[in-house]
Amino acid sequence: MDKRSKISAAYLFLSPALLAIFIFFLIPVLAALVMSFTDFDIYSLGNLSYARFIGLQNYIEIFKDPLFWQSLKNTFYFVVVGGPLSIAVSLGAALFLSSRLVRFKGIFRLVYFMPVVTTLVAVSILWRFIYNPQFGILNYFLGFIGVHPIDWLGNPLWAMPAIILMAVWKNFGYNMIIFIAGLQNIPEDLYEAANLEGASEWNKFKSITLPMLAPTTLFVSIITMIGYFQLFAEPYVMTQGGPLNSTLSIVLYMYREGFMWWNMGYSAALAFILFIIILIISLIQLKMQRETNL
Amino acid sequence: MKKALLYSILILAAILCLLPFVWMISASLMANGHANVYPPRFLPDKVTFIQYKHLFSRLNVFRYFLNSVVVSVGVTIVSLFINSMAGYAFAKYRFAGEKSLFKLLLSFMIVPAQVTMLPLFLMLKYMGLINTYLAIIIPGMASVFGIFLIRQYLLAIPDSLIEAAKIDGANDFKIYFSLVLPLAKPILITLAIFTFMATWNDFLWPLIIMTNDSMYTLPVALANLMGEHNQDTELMMASSVVTIIPVVLVFLSLQKYYIKGIMLGGVKG
Repeated sequence: MDKRSKISAAYLFLSPALLAIFIFFLIPVLAALVMSFTDFDIYSLGNLSYARFIGLQNYIEIFKDPLFWQSLKNTFYFVVVGGPLSIAVSLGAALFLSSRLVRFKGIFRLVYFMPVVTTLVAVSILWRFIYNPQFGILNYFLGFIGVHPIDWLGNPLWAMPAIILMAVWKNFGYNMIIFIAGLQNIPEDLYEAANLEGASEWNKFKSITLPMLAPTTLFVSIITMIGYFQLFAEPYVMTQGGPLNSTLSIVLYMYREGFMWWNMGYSAALAFILFIIILIISLIQLKMQRETNL
Repeated sequence: MKKALLYSILILAAILCLLPFVWMISASLMANGHANVYPPRFLPDKVTFIQYKHLFSRLNVFRYFLNSVVVSVGVTIVSLFINSMAGYAFAKYRFAGEKSLFKLLLSFMIVPAQVTMLPLFLMLKYMGLINTYLAIIIPGMASVFGIFLIRQYLLAIPDSLIEAAKIDGANDFKIYFSLVLPLAKPILITLAIFTFMATWNDFLWPLIIMTNDSMYTLPVALANLMGEHNQDTELMMASSVVTIIPVVLVFLSLQKYYIKGIMLGGVKG
């Protein structure tokens, strides 16, 4: 077979995927950018020609919009507290499960992974009942250690922590698996050498495990952060963004503006701001990683 | 001593992971109002399937179940073909711009899906596809993650196998169908589980694109049901059980492939 037909076969194999990505991903991304500079609204939905270019107007309005700042603050709260907490729990679980002393690892791993595979909406509904201030099982158990009933989802102070707690429970199993894989890649002789020098467990963790895991940790932090910035179903199902907008996330705000009020230009600008935030933070994390490696 | 401490932590964590599910299943088997009591019951006084009967006879849950099955199976089959072809091309063919094209595709992974949703909605609206299964299947046809996963797997397969088939006179498509696909079976199963579960569990896109009650997928129907039945704990728990059973079964029966897939995806970092 000659080289030309070989190359054309490659393009044939690629074309369905490239075409689908071009039409249903790349064009929409560019269209969303264009849209964010227009006043596309419910009237434009009926007739495209009603949409007009308004330059940066949407972005200017967003920066003056208290609800945007509120949703940004809430989303950051979720990412900055929930992200590291999830990663810490994942790492802890991975360390425990990698211990030589533990048997039945497969079963524990399976159990810890169960929340990951279950449907987020179903789990959010389940936790809404768990958090019920009157009948919920969480307050019941907390009662044993003398904690008075908390109105988890009805109190603006507790609603976001409650969503974070559920997210940690739901997600830690995923990163745990990645950490277990990362731990398996650390050469055993590093620990043996440290043992000969009589290093403590904590010292081994600090000077062998953590540095050797750094690439895994970076990967895990980036995917967790990207996922957590897209917080939506939990507040949609559990709190509708309340109480007092304390759980209104950027994506929930975007969804409301775009698909409930049909302010699609404004909503597209919100989506792009989310994208830019995710992009900047990923780049910072990558850069930090490179610098610590030097 | 150390061992005992380790096990008690592990077992406590396992209980914390499972207890919510135990309560969910148990509440779904209770009569109306029996889960709304203090102190909470962890087992039903008398097991009843009345909630499930109600779901299937009056609330049309079978229809939502069917919708979820159709879109999840549809996306899985179509995307498996499209992604495996592209992954194969990237793994085993050399062509101009191959590396930069692959890098470009990988960089797309950082774009949150929400960015595409507004124009995608309009596109599908003008194509008359709102409230059709295709509105979920079409945007799910190709995925960069899927292409990446298949490429990584196929890179490890020796070129000599493919060369040998070529010398025997097999054409490119015959090689893809009768050699590459069978060889890639483990990763195809992994990707199939990933895709099936992600589509089954997805919420935002079906919520946007399925506005007609009869086209709801289970998560959308569930969120909608919650609006009307937020006091009916037992009924809501039964519908949650119905929603998660298929994914849990798929996971339990194929968990090895799933776990391997996460590890393979995680190696990239």
